[in-house]
Amino acid sequence: MTATARILDEAEIRRSVTRIAHEILEHNKGARDLVLVGIANRGDDLARRLAAEIERIEGATLPVGVLDITFYRDDIGMRAEAPEVHETRIGFDINGKTVILVDDVLYTGRTIRAALDALVDFGRPTAIQLAVLVDRGHRELPIRADYVGKNVPTRRDEDVRVALKETDGEDAVVVEEPAAKRDVPGGER
Amino acid sequence: MSDRYLFAGARVVDPASGRDDVADVLVADGVIAPLDTGVADAQVIDCTGLVLAPGLVDPHTHLREPGREDKETVETGCRAAALGGFTAVTPMANTDPVADNAAVIHEVLDLGLKAGLCDVFPVGAITKGLEGEAMAELGEMVEAGVRIFSDDGRTVPTARVLRNALTYVKAFEDVVIAEHCEDDALAEGGQMHEGYHSYSLGLVGKPRESEEVIVARDIAVARLTGGRLHLHHLSSAGSVEMVRRAKAEGLRVTAEVTPHHLVFTDEDLLTYDTNFKVNPPIRTAEDRDALRAGLLDGTIDVIGTDHAPHAVEEKEVEFDQAPPGTIGLETALAALLTHLVEPGSMSLGRAIEVLSTAPARLIGAADHGGPIEPGRPANLVVFDPSAEWVVEPPFASKSRNSAFRGKTLRGKVVHTMYQGELVVADGKAQR
Amino acid sequence: MNKHLLSIHDVTAEDIVRILDTAESFREVGTRVIKKVPALRGRTVVNLFYENSTRTRISFELAAKRLSADVINFTTSGTSVSKGESLKDTALTLQAMGADAIVIRHSSSGAPFTLTKWVKGSVLNAGDGTHEHPTQALLDLYTMRDRLGRLEGLRVAIVGDVLHSRVARSLSFALVKMGADVTLVGPPTLIPPDAPAWGVDVSYDIEGVLPKLDVCYMLRVQRERQRQQYFPSVREYARLFGLTRDRVGMLPEGTTIMHPGPMNRGVEIDSDVADLPQAVMEEQVTNGIAIRMALLYLLLGGAREEVGTDE
Repeated sequence: MTATARILDEAEIRRSVTRIAHEILEHNKGARDLVLVGIANRGDDLARRLAAEIERIEGATLPVGVLDITFYRDDIGMRAEAPEVHETRIGFDINGKTVILVDDVLYTGRTIRAALDALVDFGRPTAIQLAVLVDRGHRELPIRADYVGKNVPTRRDEDVRVALKETDGEDAVVVEEPAAKRDVPGGER
Repeated sequence: MSDRYLFAGARVVDPASGRDDVADVLVADGVIAPLDTGVADAQVIDCTGLVLAPGLVDPHTHLREPGREDKETVETGCRAAALGGFTAVTPMANTDPVADNAAVIHEVLDLGLKAGLCDVFPVGAITKGLEGEAMAELGEMVEAGVRIFSDDGRTVPTARVLRNALTYVKAFEDVVIAEHCEDDALAEGGQMHEGYHSYSLGLVGKPRESEEVIVARDIAVARLTGGRLHLHHLSSAGSVEMVRRAKAEGLRVTAEVTPHHLVFTDEDLLTYDTNFKVNPPIRTAEDRDALRAGLLDGTIDVIGTDHAPHAVEEKEVEFDQAPPGTIGLETALAALLTHLVEPGSMSLGRAIEVLSTAPARLIGAADHGGPIEPGRPANLVVFDPSAEWVVEPPFASKSRNSAFRGKTLRGKVVHTMYQGELVVADGKAQR
Repeated sequence: MNKHLLSIHDVTAEDIVRILDTAESFREVGTRVIKKVPALRGRTVVNLFYENSTRTRISFELAAKRLSADVINFTTSGTSVSKGESLKDTALTLQAMGADAIVIRHSSSGAPFTLTKWVKGSVLNAGDGTHEHPTQALLDLYTMRDRLGRLEGLRVAIVGDVLHSRVARSLSFALVKMGADVTLVGPPTLIPPDAPAWGVDVSYDIEGVLPKLDVCYMLRVQRERQRQQYFPSVREYARLFGLTRDRVGMLPEGTTIMHPGPMNRGVEIDSDVADLPQAVMEEQVTNGIAIRMALLYLLLGGAREEVGTDE
């Protein structure tokens, strides 16, 4: 079976989100012209939590969008089936805005690269900053996060699983050591 | 020929004499010889486990020569026949030029003699040019040796022309008028059997009635004239029933069915495979079962392969563009063995009867069909009833359009003897 | 999913849900400023149209281009197709060019099946003879689900020349697969006698069917059929089976009216009916691009066999 280690529990996730919200506001000197775009899945749940925190702290209501990057992946045509697609909804203009891109786990950086290409097709933001709950290392592209919940060094054959109440019914981040090798390329979610 | 052959230990199945026993058969100088005339200097052919029967006779073949030598010639067709165990074939008249006069008949006969692989009994057209109007010179063709007339490919359009032909040939001994039964108006544009599948596949179909209205008409004209009528390639249950009643009534009607109509159904066309596009179309399982029942109870007298070669590029097209037809000389015996004899629906004796004895009688081929007795011409086939093989090119036929392509069959011809000569030995043509 | 989409029978009910859900995302792409995603970059899609159909061809062309695929149009005018080249030779040429997908529209039923014998890429049926038009059926299902929220239990009438309609076949099969109630309506000469075996009802009385419908789907009736004597006159056909303004009044409120196009205004559907807000032909066209993008994505987004140039 698999060996599992809990990296973050519910309280720690909550504190990370609060801290990242503060950092975003501090770095950008307020909430002006900020928008949040979460990467489906779970990145958008986190984006909405960040928006709620920022509202609580600063009183500002930031627009939140969800971005599915499936069409921009660099591994289309490598799996047996076309990767499954999720919803994209960015109902606001990103031109001239600072986009806070939000994802649950930062790993090889390929998902973020795809997200950057997608965002650029929506318009020309002033800046794009990256907030992630977990950075597990092993970057394959020159991508770095501006805001990190927790740095978790991992081995490549380990799996980092993020569970969020909105999607999975509970809040937890665990690292799993799989018994059998899985052949899914990329897949840092 | 001065060769002497001893077929040793074969299971001899000879419906003409009622034989089915394991025996030796001696051939000398082109005829069956009594065993006590000395087997010493005969070439012994071990036939343990094999069946020896009278050479098969196909009453419905298309050899395409003259005119479409790209699809088949008399020679390649006869080679295919010999490899299929046939010692006689009857090429239809829809050649180019049409075989509606003695000259074309003689040409085909000569081609057959030259090939020397089996007997060729050319069929004469009923009407000039197959146009369905004016009777061809049937008497002249009878003198040339023709015993069966057919406008096959087409149907005689009016009952009057059919009546005249059936009546006229009574002047000649044992001449048969044969019909391809299809009503053009009901069949028009049809690509397959009209039924559930044709509607789902978006193909125009030919309903059973397009055959049955002509079967009914022709039987009535046979009754009117008292003539000898033979119905080609029946495809529908209704046709079988009408022939059954005609025979019960005492009319001189005979009927024929192809191997592919006994094996396949319209469900086999779901992939738009043009190898199953034939005329008349392959119909439903009910029709197939009725055809089998008719073959077993004697309503259907003979198997006719309707061997119909078409060039590869003609069949490798959109379904509605492809000409109908499947080759069948090389697979007929195996098809019957695999799908009827082996499962126990039909006895081996009946199978040989419908493949050899009965067709020989139908076309008046006295040298064929048995009985296998001393003095009779040695036209024989020896086959292995259980040898398994997959139907794939290369074929002896020039064409590749076989409905059985890719299928596994059991039953393979080992030797074919034509007039005392081994034209096929160990499964290989010797000429 | 199957490698090819030749008929609705190539997809299961689960596949259909997946196709419709994926099309949802592609419809969103169509609302962006840049209506393009790089998903099928480097793939080659060939439109092999033996039948003239500007609308469907453009729909497929846009779909492929919005996926960043390369598009080649092979149409009957001015190409070797019109010079009598066989389907097989055309197919082998496309194969040699490395086509990943071939979208084929042809007047012979079954032509897409035949094509699969000669090409390694995916074959999409854009309409073959009177057999099927699966992408039309799927975009119609999408339109229905979008407007009515469901497919199961929907009451749909398909009205017109079912016998010669590939759209009617695909749509009937698809709706039955998704649990809808389908009634075919038209003159007996234009409805296949075996149709009830498809799982549908048949009626020759349009006014009896109209009051109980969620969707009224009108088929195009060609004037050619009158010449072939399937009905005595266009006038009588329109009187017995046309969707007139009066008949629209017999539909439950809000019933969706659909038509695969192009319409014969005044024959199967009155001009002012075609312009009613509940007649959604334009939505069908828009949805067509999203569905075709979804299909190309699902068929080509998986691992490819070596489809490159032949050795």
